[in-house]
Amino acid sequence: MSLELNEISKNFKDDKVLDRVSLYVPEGKTLVLFGPSGAGKTVLLRLISGVIEPDEGHIKISGMDVDGVEPEDRNIGMAFQNFALFPHMDAHANIASPLTAQKKDKSAIQAGVQSLAKLLKIDHVLKHKPKELSNGQKQRTALARALAGKPKILLLDDPLRNVDAKLRFEMRLELPNLLYEQNATVIYVTQDYKEAMAFGDQIAVINGGVIQQIGTPEAIYLTPANVEIARLFGDPVINLLDVTLQKDASGVFALISEKRIDLDASYASVVGLECCLGIRPESVLFVDRDHKSAVPVTVEAETPLNEKTVNLCLTARGREIMASRPSGTQGPAGGEAFVAIEAASAMIFDKQTGALIETNSTDISERGKVT
Amino acid sequence: MQTTGTLERVLRGLAITAIILFFMFPILWIFLMSFQTNETILRVPPSLFFEPTLVNYKALISGRLEGSTATLEIAFMSNLFNSLFLSVTSVTVGLILGVPAAYAFARLKFRGSEDIAFTLLSFRFAPPLLVLLPLTIYFQKIGLADTYGGLIWVYQLIVLPLILWIVRGYFEDIPADIEYAYRIAGHGFWATFRKIALPLAGPGIAAAGLLAFIFAWNNFIFALVLASADKQPVTVGALAFITASGINYGQIAAGIMLSIAPTFALALYAQRYLVEGLSLGAVKG
Repeated sequence: MSLELNEISKNFKDDKVLDRVSLYVPEGKTLVLFGPSGAGKTVLLRLISGVIEPDEGHIKISGMDVDGVEPEDRNIGMAFQNFALFPHMDAHANIASPLTAQKKDKSAIQAGVQSLAKLLKIDHVLKHKPKELSNGQKQRTALARALAGKPKILLLDDPLRNVDAKLRFEMRLELPNLLYEQNATVIYVTQDYKEAMAFGDQIAVINGGVIQQIGTPEAIYLTPANVEIARLFGDPVINLLDVTLQKDASGVFALISEKRIDLDASYASVVGLECCLGIRPESVLFVDRDHKSAVPVTVEAETPLNEKTVNLCLTARGREIMASRPSGTQGPAGGEAFVAIEAASAMIFDKQTGALIETNSTDISERGKVT
Repeated sequence: MQTTGTLERVLRGLAITAIILFFMFPILWIFLMSFQTNETILRVPPSLFFEPTLVNYKALISGRLEGSTATLEIAFMSNLFNSLFLSVTSVTVGLILGVPAAYAFARLKFRGSEDIAFTLLSFRFAPPLLVLLPLTIYFQKIGLADTYGGLIWVYQLIVLPLILWIVRGYFEDIPADIEYAYRIAGHGFWATFRKIALPLAGPGIAAAGLLAFIFAWNNFIFALVLASADKQPVTVGALAFITASGINYGQIAAGIMLSIAPTFALALYAQRYLVEGLSLGAVKG
């Protein structure tokens, strides 16, 4: 079943929580709702589940308007961030609750709960009350409960938020398969960009009750709609350098430590404007002194992060640049080094508004390539 | 516990003894009085040693008070029954009306809900005497005076606000997400109320019911004005012990022992629920 949100607005008293939010999730696809706390993600899920009603706008499930349809009639599964297990029922009864609502007979309920519990590795704690479960077991119980009714729409509200790092890592690997097997339309809320990138067919970035960008994980990473989104996606954080674009006979360029960074000719329209040059740390390469656009830097620090190593560098004017490279590759020899910036993957943002200045070349795959 | 010194333990023991004496001594004294005759009670100085007698209890249960000059008929046992009947039915009616109302006030924020809830609470602020006179006149007009039904109705003034406000707090303490989860799982509004809200607020409902029972049991003024002898509870009935020939302390003590017995037993039984409290371990570790 597809899910469509059309110009949804919701106010609590005078506080505008959601402002004309529109979304479309095709059947069987996963949309990740990504944004900081207080962005309106949880409210959006509650609206979809029907426990609260929007002030304006319409929600459609399979093209059918669900205005005024009670939550129990929407065939939705939801896992809450705080688990929201029924404290007076054991794990078995918790997981079985959608099945009892469907008036399934005892053996069907038993079989349904058992198979899910086995899949999620909680079959040994089914007799336990929620307060006797560990956080990881609670999380799995909540997930099993959401899945038990075989809902066609699954809402997962930051389900990995309250679990420890090890389990989160495991679940990040297991969840996509599990969701795929359910063949449900999924909305997955998270504040973790790695989860967002891993799970989403599409990512919707929401902030202050407004959808700021919707796109594939790749598109969000490579062409973030504004500086804020660029900062949120990526670790280490994107380098942002204040520049003013210039133009001469050979094309458009920006200057960093007197070195030319040649940019796409379509940026000609913003020459003279104060801009932010955004460069992912992995697009900053250490090069020899005689490279044609070698920017001299001082290497301040080196942080090995297992699969990659991050160097913090300072330009002659004291601007910080982070460079990330696969661990084991040749790094800078000492304090003085040279970096080259891959102009093709650079992004230009308007300094005033923070908005991305789009080039004519919209082909994302081209931009991502390392030259 | 290993580290507590002897001195500390002795001091703590003394403090606990002092507190127990302070609170329990009156009850103990009444208990002892109930096994004495007026003569032994009133002797100076009072003594802990006396010949125990069951004459007071006998008089109460048989309903015949043997005075020095005459025999007095008292209706203590029927008073006790009245108390029990009035309190139990009042609390039952109060729970049936109050619990769903408390849920509505806790969960369904409608226009004026706060005002209505506060108005109901304000019944507890007004001195009962204020409403009693008009109430008596009305009750006589519509034939409710001196009926159990009328008394139970008036008792709602005591019972209902108490239940409403205590139980409402317990309902509000249940995280809304737990109820939402049950709805989304496919259960209707009433199923959610019965299977989630009621059990989770159970200790609160028990506590409110118990408190309401005690308040109803201890009520004096409504029953004094609105009920005649055959409908009177023990609180009013105890007035009969103040006779022309003197105050029968022994019977009063025995009457007190008998009349606190039900509330005492109830408190002991319900203590488990009261202490248990809400254990919502499922939300956040």
